[in-house]
Amino acid sequence: MPKDPSIKSVLVIGSGPIVIGQACEFDYSGTQAIKVLRREGIRVSLVNSNPATIMTDPEYADRTYIEPLTPEVVEKILERERPDAVLPTVGGQTALNLAVELSRRGVLDRLGIRLIGASRRAVEMGEDRRLFKEAMGRIGLEVPRSGFARTLEEARAVLELTGLPAVIRPSFTLGGTGGGIAYNVEEFEDVVARGLDLSPVHEILVEESVLGWKEYELEVMRDKADNFVVICSIENFDPMGIHTGDSVTVAPAQTLTDREYQAMRDASRRIIREVGVETGGSNIQFAVNPKTGRLSVIEMNPRVSRSSALASKATGFPIAKIAALLAIGYRLDEIQNDITRVTPACFEPVLDYVVVKIPRWAFEKFRDASPLLGTQMKSVGEVMAIGRTFKEALQKGLRGLEIGASGFTRSDLDDGRIKEKLLSPDPDRIFYVKRALDLGWSHEEIHRMTGIDPWFLDQMQQIVDLECLIRPGLDDETLRQAKRMGFADVCIAQLTGATEPEIRARRKAAGIVPVYKRVDTCAAEFESHTPYLYSTYEQECEADPTDRKKIVILGSGPNRIGQGIEFDYCCCHASFAFREEGYETIMVNCNPETVSTDYDTSDRLYFEPLTFEDVMNVLDVEKPEGVVIQFGGQTPLKLALPLQRAGVKILGTSPDAVDLAEDRKRFSALLSKLGIPQPESGTASSIDEAKAVAKRIGYPVLVRPSYVLGGRAMAIVYDENLLEEFAREAVKASPEHPVLVDRFLEDAFEADVDAVADGERVVIGGIMQHIEGAGIHSGDSAAVLPSYKIEPRHLETIRQYTRSLGLALEVRGLMNIQYAIKDDVVYVLEVNPRASRTTPFVSKATGVPLAKVAARIIAGRSLAQQGITEDLTVPRIFIKESVFPFLKFPGTDVLLGPEMKSTGEVMGASEDFGLAFAKAQSAAGFTIPTSGSVFVSVNDNDKAGVLPQAKALSEMGFHLYATRGTAEFLNDRGVVAEMVYKVNEGRPNVVDLIKSRKIDIVFNTPLGRESFYDDGAIRKSATLHGVLIVTTLTGAAATVQAIAALRERGLEVASLQEIHSRG
Amino acid sequence: MLALEDGTVFEGRGFGRQGETAGEVVFNTALCGYQEVLTDPSYAGQIVTMTYPHIGNYGVNPEDVESSRPQVAGFVVREASTVASSWRSTGSLSGYLDDNGIVGISDLDTRALTRHLRTHGAKRGVISTLSNDAAALVARAQVSRSMVGLDLAREVTCAKAYAFDGVRGEVARPYKVVAYDFGMKRNILRMLAAAGCDVTVVPAATTAQEALAFGPDGIFLSNGPGDPEPVTYAVEAVKALMEKRPVFGICLGHQILGLACGGKTFKLKFGHRGANHPVKDLRSGRIEVTSQNHGFAVDPALFERPEFILTHVNLNDGTVEGFRHRDLPILSVQYHPEASPGPHDSHYLFGEFIALMKAHRDGRAA
Repeated sequence: MPKDPSIKSVLVIGSGPIVIGQACEFDYSGTQAIKVLRREGIRVSLVNSNPATIMTDPEYADRTYIEPLTPEVVEKILERERPDAVLPTVGGQTALNLAVELSRRGVLDRLGIRLIGASRRAVEMGEDRRLFKEAMGRIGLEVPRSGFARTLEEARAVLELTGLPAVIRPSFTLGGTGGGIAYNVEEFEDVVARGLDLSPVHEILVEESVLGWKEYELEVMRDKADNFVVICSIENFDPMGIHTGDSVTVAPAQTLTDREYQAMRDASRRIIREVGVETGGSNIQFAVNPKTGRLSVIEMNPRVSRSSALASKATGFPIAKIAALLAIGYRLDEIQNDITRVTPACFEPVLDYVVVKIPRWAFEKFRDASPLLGTQMKSVGEVMAIGRTFKEALQKGLRGLEIGASGFTRSDLDDGRIKEKLLSPDPDRIFYVKRALDLGWSHEEIHRMTGIDPWFLDQMQQIVDLECLIRPGLDDETLRQAKRMGFADVCIAQLTGATEPEIRARRKAAGIVPVYKRVDTCAAEFESHTPYLYSTYEQECEADPTDRKKIVILGSGPNRIGQGIEFDYCCCHASFAFREEGYETIMVNCNPETVSTDYDTSDRLYFEPLTFEDVMNVLDVEKPEGVVIQFGGQTPLKLALPLQRAGVKILGTSPDAVDLAEDRKRFSALLSKLGIPQPESGTASSIDEAKAVAKRIGYPVLVRPSYVLGGRAMAIVYDENLLEEFAREAVKASPEHPVLVDRFLEDAFEADVDAVADGERVVIGGIMQHIEGAGIHSGDSAAVLPSYKIEPRHLETIRQYTRSLGLALEVRGLMNIQYAIKDDVVYVLEVNPRASRTTPFVSKATGVPLAKVAARIIAGRSLAQQGITEDLTVPRIFIKESVFPFLKFPGTDVLLGPEMKSTGEVMGASEDFGLAFAKAQSAAGFTIPTSGSVFVSVNDNDKAGVLPQAKALSEMGFHLYATRGTAEFLNDRGVVAEMVYKVNEGRPNVVDLIKSRKIDIVFNTPLGRESFYDDGAIRKSATLHGVLIVTTLTGAAATVQAIAALRERGLEVASLQEIHSRG
Repeated sequence: MLALEDGTVFEGRGFGRQGETAGEVVFNTALCGYQEVLTDPSYAGQIVTMTYPHIGNYGVNPEDVESSRPQVAGFVVREASTVASSWRSTGSLSGYLDDNGIVGISDLDTRALTRHLRTHGAKRGVISTLSNDAAALVARAQVSRSMVGLDLAREVTCAKAYAFDGVRGEVARPYKVVAYDFGMKRNILRMLAAAGCDVTVVPAATTAQEALAFGPDGIFLSNGPGDPEPVTYAVEAVKALMEKRPVFGICLGHQILGLACGGKTFKLKFGHRGANHPVKDLRSGRIEVTSQNHGFAVDPALFERPEFILTHVNLNDGTVEGFRHRDLPILSVQYHPEASPGPHDSHYLFGEFIALMKAHRDGRAA
C-alpha cells in the first residue's frame, strides 16, 4: 500500500507560540513532517503563528502562513489553498483542537478536505475522558475510578466514589491546565471551581488518586495495515502525581519484567486500535501499582507529543517523519530506517544506553507562584542526557541544566527541610533525595515519602558512595570510576581541593578520556550511517572524525525564559549556512525538543551538556577549525573566554568584543569615545556601593546583574529600601559578576535593532519599535517593524550609532542593540554582539535569513560578496507579540516589568498597523472584540492619555465601565462611562463583572503600590477568564486602532511567499 | 576477563559464580526478559551478551523461566544490578547465577564486544574470574568446541517422554500433540496447551514410529541449541512424520523440518537474537515484531521447488522466517511465536497449527 495518489496537497498546522506544555518539540516534529512530505512531491502549505520556528522558513513549505491559529483564519487559508488533506498531528493539541473545530463547523466537508493522521473521532476519544474511559471498558482495560462533573455538587458525588486524595482534571485544556490534586475537602472545592472555570466545556473529571504508582509511557506507531510498533518505553523517575512533563524520565523502562512490559505493549495495541488512530504515532501513559502490579491506563495522545520528540531523540527513530509518511498512505515496512539504511522502519528500536530527561523550571521569574509540582505542568524546558548507565546520564543531565549544579550535589540545601521536600515535590527534590542519601536515610523511608523506585535510589546511592571516595589524593582507578559514573571534572575538583584544569590535565595524562558511542536504533546490531554521538567512559570510540574542514556550533541548552527556540533557530541556520559553504557542521546541544538536535540538521550531532569540559572533550576528538558561539544565546557565550584560554579558536566576533560589550566599564568608555549617550550608570560589587551609585544618578534606577539573559533579577527601584532588597537578589543571581545600576528612563520609547556586520560594513536588519514603553523587558514587549512612531532624525541617529558600534566592536556576524529615546536624545541601553531573540522575527519580516548571512560572514564571505549592502526593508507592517504563562501560575500578577516572563512569541503581518496588531493579539490568544464592553482603570498620569482611546471606543459603540476616579475623569470630559466598584469597595465589583463575562477588554495601568493588590485581582481574573487585558497606554492605543481596522476591513491572510513575492 | 578465539580480550568484573566457562559468544538486544533468555535451552553452549547495559534490575522470580534452570554457558553485561526491584522478585540476578553455577562478567564495554561480533561474526570465548592470563584464555577459547556440526539438542532434551500438565484451570484440550524436545522453551508448552493441545513431550531421538504410537493429531518440533545438520536422527524421523501428520516447527525444529524437506541450512554471521526483528507474513502482508534466537538459517534455495511456499521473511536481512508446503500440512517458523521474552504478535501461529490438525482430522474422518 504505497503512497495514496489522491493526496497531492496538504495543509500542516503548527502549534503556535511556545507555551508551557507545548514548546519547540512541535517545531521539530512539524519541520520533519513538512520536509518529508515535500520530498514525496506533495504541495505543502503551513500555518503557524510562531515566527521563531524553522518550519516557518519560507523554503520549507510551498505556502507559509504566519497567521493566527484560529478557526476563522485557517478556514480562510483552506479556501485559498484548497489542499486535499489537513495534517494536524504534528502541531500538538493546538493543531488537533483546531482541526476538530474546523470539522465540527463543517468547513472540511464543505471544502472536501480530509483529515489525515488522526480522525475527528480519535481526537475526541483521546481528549474526552468520558469517551476514553468507555473505550477502555470496551477492551477490558482498567482506568482509575472516576466520574465527570459539571457542577460542584456533581463533583462531591463523584468524590464519594473516589475518596481523597482525588485528582481533578478539566476537560480539553493544554498540559493539564487547571488540574490538581486535592487532599482535603476545602482544597477539593477550590480545585474543582478552578477546573470547571478553565475547561472550555465546563467539565471536570474527578479521579481516584494513583499517587505514588509507577508511571510509564509507551510511544507507539500504527500504519493503515494495522502494523504496530513500540518505538520507546519511558519510565518516570517521579511516580504518578507529578505531570510527566515535570518528572525526571528515563528511557527505556528500567524496572519492568518482560511479562509486564508485554502486557503494556498488548494493551497499547488494543488502545490505539480502539481509539481509532489509523496511522501515525501515539503516546500512551500507564500507572502500575508497585505492590501488586495492577495496570491502569491513564491517557493517550493520538498525535506526536513532547514525549515522542524525546523518544525520537532517545532512540534515533524519527517519529514525526514516519508519522507523516504513514499519514499519506505508506506502510511501516515501506519506509527505510535512515540510520542503518538497510533495515525498514517497522521494527522496535533497542537502546544500549540510558536516556535521562530532566525538566527545567523558571519559578525565579514568578515569585508569587507555588513551586510545588503536581498534575499541571510548570516546567519551561528540559535537558536530555545519554550515558551507558543511569548514573552517568543523570549526572550529565544535571550539569546540562545550567542551574549552577555541576552534578548531583548542591551546597545550598537546608537539612531541616529534607522531609518536607521529599513529601512535597518541587524542583529541588532530586537534590534533597541526594542529601537524604548523604545523611544515611534508608531507602525504604525515602521510597515511602517520594514513591521513587528502589532501583533508582540504589543507583543514586552508588553515586553517593563513590563521592565519599573522591578525596584529595585519589588514585587513578577511583578517578576512572568517578568519570564512568558521570562526575564532572568540576565536581571532582571541588571534592579534592583541586581546580578543574588540574583534574582535566591529570585525567588526560592518565588516559582517562571519554569515548563517543553512536545512537543507532539497534544496539549495534547493524552499522550506523548517522554520526549521532554521546560521550561515555568506555573502551571503544566510534566518533570516527573526518578530515574535512569543519565547524562546531554550540547550541543553547535547555529552554528557559529568555533563551528559547529563537536561539535554536539561529543555530540551525548557522549549521545550514556552513554546510552550504562547504564545511562539515558539528552541533553540540542537550535539548531534546529542538530542531538542532535532529540528527539530520548537522553533519554530526553530539548530544552533550554545554559545559567547558564536555565541549572541550568534543573538540579534542573533532579538532575543528573553530567554534561558533554567537548563535546559541548566553549559554555558549559564557564559554567563550574559557574556550579561548584553552586555545580554541572562536570564529566570528571575538570573545574580547563580547567582553567589551558586557563589561560596563569598558563599554562606557567605548561609548564615550564614540560620543554615544547612555543612561548614567555605575557598577557595584556590594549593596553599599549600589546605594551610592543610585544616589549619584538619582532614582528611579534599573538594577541588574551582569551576564544574564532575559532580565533575570532585573528591577526598577524607586527608593533605597527596594534597592537593598533587589540588589541582594541580583547578587545571588550571578555571584561572580557585579551588579549594574542604571538610570531608568521613565516614559522613553524603546527600540531594538538587529544588524549584521563583517568588520567593514554594518547592515541593519530592522529597527523594531516597542509598543510598550521603557521598563518592560524587550523580550516581553510587543515590537513593530518598521518602527511606527520614531522620528526620522532619530532613526538616522540609531542607524549611525549601530554602524559605529558594529565597526568599533569589530562584529563579525550578528549584533543586537537596544535603544531608548527620551527628551529628544537617543540612548544606547545595551549591545549584544550575538544572535538575538528577534533574529528570526526580523528574518521572517525582511525575507532575509540573518543568521545564515552571519554564518556566511564567519565562513569568510563578506556582506558585499553576499550582495547585502543596504539596510533591509519590510514590505508590510510586522508585529511581534509575546505570550505569557500566567495561567499556569495561579496567584501571579500579570503585570509586565524589566524581568522577562514570556515563554514565546507570535507574529502578525498586514499592510495596516491596526490589523497587524489585531492578528498578533489573536495569535497570542486574545481575540480583539469589535463590540462589547471595556473596563478602564488608569492611574492619574495616564488619564489624559487614555481619553482619546476611551472616546474612540465609545464612538464605536462600546459600553465603558470605569473605576470611580477614571469614570469621573471621563464623564467630566464628555465620555460616558459607568462607574463600577473596585474589589475592596463593594459588590458587584469589577471582578464580578469579569466573571459574569460582562467585560470584553480591560485597560488597566498600575496605580502605585497602595492599590497594587486590587489591580492584581482585576488582572488575575481577566487572565483567568481569557479577557483581553492591556496594561500600557501605548498598548491601549494600538488596541483601539486594531478594533477600528477590524470593523472596517476584517482579517486577511497572506503567505510569506506572497509577501516577499517569491511565489 | 573475557577472551575470544581471535585474541580479543575484554576486562571486567566477575559476577554470579566465580570460575571459568567456555562457549560461543553471542549478543542479545532485548531490553528486558533476561531471565527468560538465561533459561532458554537454545542458549546451551553459548555465552550471552546483553546489549542493554542495566541487567538484573527487577531481580528473578520463579515464574519467568523457560526451563528448570539457567542454560547459558556464561553471561556478559555492562552493569549487573545490586538490587532487585519488583513486587514479583524473589532474589537477585547475581545470586541466581551463583546458585546455578553460571559464570558472569560485568563492567566491560559490551557495545564494543557487540560491534566486534557483528563485524567478525560470533566467536568462541572464555570467561574466567580465576585467571588474568590473556594468552592462556585465548588458547582455551580456540580449543573449545565449535557450534558448527555440534549436536547440542541431544544434551538438553528430556530423558524420557512425559505428558505436560502445567496448565491452570480447565481448558479443553482435544488435540493430541507429540512435541519433540530439542531444548524446548516452557512457554511453547503453555501456548500449545492454551490453544487446546494435549501435549506429550518426547526426547529428541524418538523415532517416527514411536511418536505415532502416541496416536497424535499433530507433531511439534521445538526450538533448541546448536547446528541442525548433525541432528540426523530427528531429520529422519520428521521425513517420515511429515507425510502422515501435521507438523509445526519452531527455530531448530524449523531448521530440522527444512532439512527433512530436502533443504539446506547455513550458519549466520552473528545470528538473530533479540525481541525486535520485523518479520513479514507474505500471505497477509502483515508485519510481526518477533522474538528471535538462532545462529543458523534455512537456505532459501528450498523455494526453487514449487511445492514449498515461503510464508515469512525477515525484513532486516531477507532471511527465511517461515514456510508451508503446497500439499502437506507443514507449518514452520524460524522465530519464536511463543515470545517470552518478546512481543506477542505471532501467537496466531498456534491457532494455525490447531486449524491444520482439525483439517487433517476431518480429512481422515471423511
